[in-house]
Amino acid sequence: MAKTILSVDDSASIRQMVKLTLSGAGYDVIQANDGAEGLEKAKGAKVDMVMTDLNMPVMNGLALIKELRKLPAYQGVPILFLTTESDAGIKSEAKAAGATGWITKPFQQDQLIAVVKKVLG
Amino acid sequence: MSGGDPTDTFRQEAQELLEQLEQILLDLARTPDNPELVDSTFRALHTIKGSGSMFGFEEVAGFTHHVESAFDLVRKGKVAMTAALADIALAGKDHIRNLIERPESADAAAGQAILARLEATVGGHGAATETKATEIPAAAAPEAAKAHWHVHFRLPEHALATGTNPLLLIDELRSLGTATVTPLLDKVPPLEALVATECTIGWDIELQTEKPKSAIEDVFLFVMDEMDLRIEEIAAPKPAAAPAPAPVVAAPPKPAAKPAKTAAEVLKSGSSIRVPAERLDNLMDRVGELVIAQSRLKQIAAASQDGEFKSISEEIERLALELRDTTMGVRMVPIAQLFGRFRRLVHDLAVELGKEISLTTSGEETELDKTVIERLNDPLVHLIRNSIDHGLESPEQRQATGKSAQGHIHLSARHTGDKVLISISDDGKGLDRARIRARAEENGLVAPGAQMSDSELFQVIFQPGFSTAQAVTNLSGRGVGMDVVKRTLDALRGSIDIASTPGTGTEITLRLPLTLAIIDGLLVRVGQGRYVIPLSAVEECVELPHEEEGRASGRNFLNIRGDLVPFLRLREMFNATTPPDKYQKVVVVSANDMRVGLVVDQVIGDHQTVIKSLSKLHKGVGTFSGATILGDGTVALILEITHLVARGQRERTMKLAS
Repeated sequence: MAKTILSVDDSASIRQMVKLTLSGAGYDVIQANDGAEGLEKAKGAKVDMVMTDLNMPVMNGLALIKELRKLPAYQGVPILFLTTESDAGIKSEAKAAGATGWITKPFQQDQLIAVVKKVLG
Repeated sequence: MSGGDPTDTFRQEAQELLEQLEQILLDLARTPDNPELVDSTFRALHTIKGSGSMFGFEEVAGFTHHVESAFDLVRKGKVAMTAALADIALAGKDHIRNLIERPESADAAAGQAILARLEATVGGHGAATETKATEIPAAAAPEAAKAHWHVHFRLPEHALATGTNPLLLIDELRSLGTATVTPLLDKVPPLEALVATECTIGWDIELQTEKPKSAIEDVFLFVMDEMDLRIEEIAAPKPAAAPAPAPVVAAPPKPAAKPAKTAAEVLKSGSSIRVPAERLDNLMDRVGELVIAQSRLKQIAAASQDGEFKSISEEIERLALELRDTTMGVRMVPIAQLFGRFRRLVHDLAVELGKEISLTTSGEETELDKTVIERLNDPLVHLIRNSIDHGLESPEQRQATGKSAQGHIHLSARHTGDKVLISISDDGKGLDRARIRARAEENGLVAPGAQMSDSELFQVIFQPGFSTAQAVTNLSGRGVGMDVVKRTLDALRGSIDIASTPGTGTEITLRLPLTLAIIDGLLVRVGQGRYVIPLSAVEECVELPHEEEGRASGRNFLNIRGDLVPFLRLREMFNATTPPDKYQKVVVVSANDMRVGLVVDQVIGDHQTVIKSLSKLHKGVGTFSGATILGDGTVALILEITHLVARGQRERTMKLAS
């Protein structure tokens, strides 16, 4: 069965690109606009990996990661976050919140797939 | 969100973000110390930058980065937010828009100028707070022919919980070459003390690979700074680079604590999809055709004796109506978007004309057909410009007449029945009745000495070529425009009313139909022709009293519950030649709070009317607003009620006067 990835990003174009790329690589992709919606969808589905932007309205990525890690079902589920270089300082914060790894924007489609394969197998 | 080019999505998204940004910045210019607005600004810029760089808009990303950095400083309290900074950011926003929409014509010098102003304002702090952490050391490793490595690693205990799978790491190492894996179980506690979610195993791996050391380090990229990792080269063919620098990652500075997001912001953003407007139009067309086919079915079913057939026909009628309503609902967008654009307009005009203006809006959530909203933009811009240019006085003049120095423009929208009313009101000096009159007579638009009500006189403003502006300004008063406003409104089947009180202001009200495509109509027959009366205008249907019928067309009034209502004999208007039905019916319709009766031969029933506009040749026919195709394929004309009511009322005034 195809693995399911939850993609949380407030940017429609990034969501679309992530979806196109990952669907093409054989994953099922669920999308959410912001952290709060992401959390809701995460609770409502069996998700094998979460990929989230950090800077989002309503609930930002860090808060989402923390909330997800509180859920028993999300112990051990890989969570990647999207970041730009100027965010470098936030990486350790995100890791401390429970993130598994990150993807640096801008990225190419094959880079994205490589990172997902890396943590999801 | 299926298919499509993400780049197009980015353009659209960026456009929306820029519009939002404009609103936020305008708010920020007024209340610079609102941290949430600063945050929103930063976030919008951040998204534009991030997505821009993803989709190859390097210049957009580069430029936006500088503006974003400035707001990052503001966010962290290092730079004070000022109206000036908001202004620069607005200019920056315009530049970003240019870069996205017209990259070839975007002026790089203009961008530089904005950045220079930004630098001058933010100054000293450097454009960016780039904390480039030492990431993957770009070690240009000597391409060693099959080097032999000893990799020793232990993950932090919480690694499993945070989603790191050691088996995947080992698999990844294996994929680099040939590996021999030995688990280290020395730290594994006895069974009773074992915690399944803690990673206590370590690994020793002998790896033979052609890949450089950096490739091995890359495997541990995400866990490197928390784990115990040693990578040593053994039996090296030639002495390679310094052995195993412990992966030092400069402790990144903690970003300033963000203002906590309050739970009050639990604004559920319902999930939505983007659909090209064209597809919606196609859908609406199909629904229109379906409705026509359905009314045909209904007609046949009505004549049939087959009960089952009738019930299916009714079922389809219900579904078609629901489908119509749903489809029209899909096309509805809140007017907020349109109103939002005007804030910038008012802001710019106020600066340009040296007037102080506040703009308030209400009813932004009012929904209107998307096409209507789009086409309303230009007329509204024109009306607002007029209000600001001609209506509002200069601060000095205002104070001289005891008003506040700041002028006020109010935009409002609301529903009434199947119409939407949009009004623009100002508290300026009001319309100059005498001057309009003089001007209208001068231009031959009004006969000298003609009796006119205010609202009739004000309609003259919308005649082509009418302008009272003494000096033509940059903004309005070029003698074109108001007639274009009127034409656009006509095309949208809407109308305009002006109410004005000298000294206290003017209110212009636009009445628009909710949708353009389909209306509920009342089908009537006059002679042999069939006509549709918009159901929304119909108040009641009564029989023409016998005593009235015989009368010559001398005194056409109907007494409806004590109210004198004039009526028009459509048979006479349309020159019906067939003998009239024995019992004539009167359909009482209303428009602009006035009533008139329309005498017809037969009221056939209600009819779903898909409006087809009349040909160019018939555009000038005021009595009809369009045509529709009936179930049997024949054409029925749609009556223009406003026109008929005005006509009936005019006759009434004349009769009463005589």
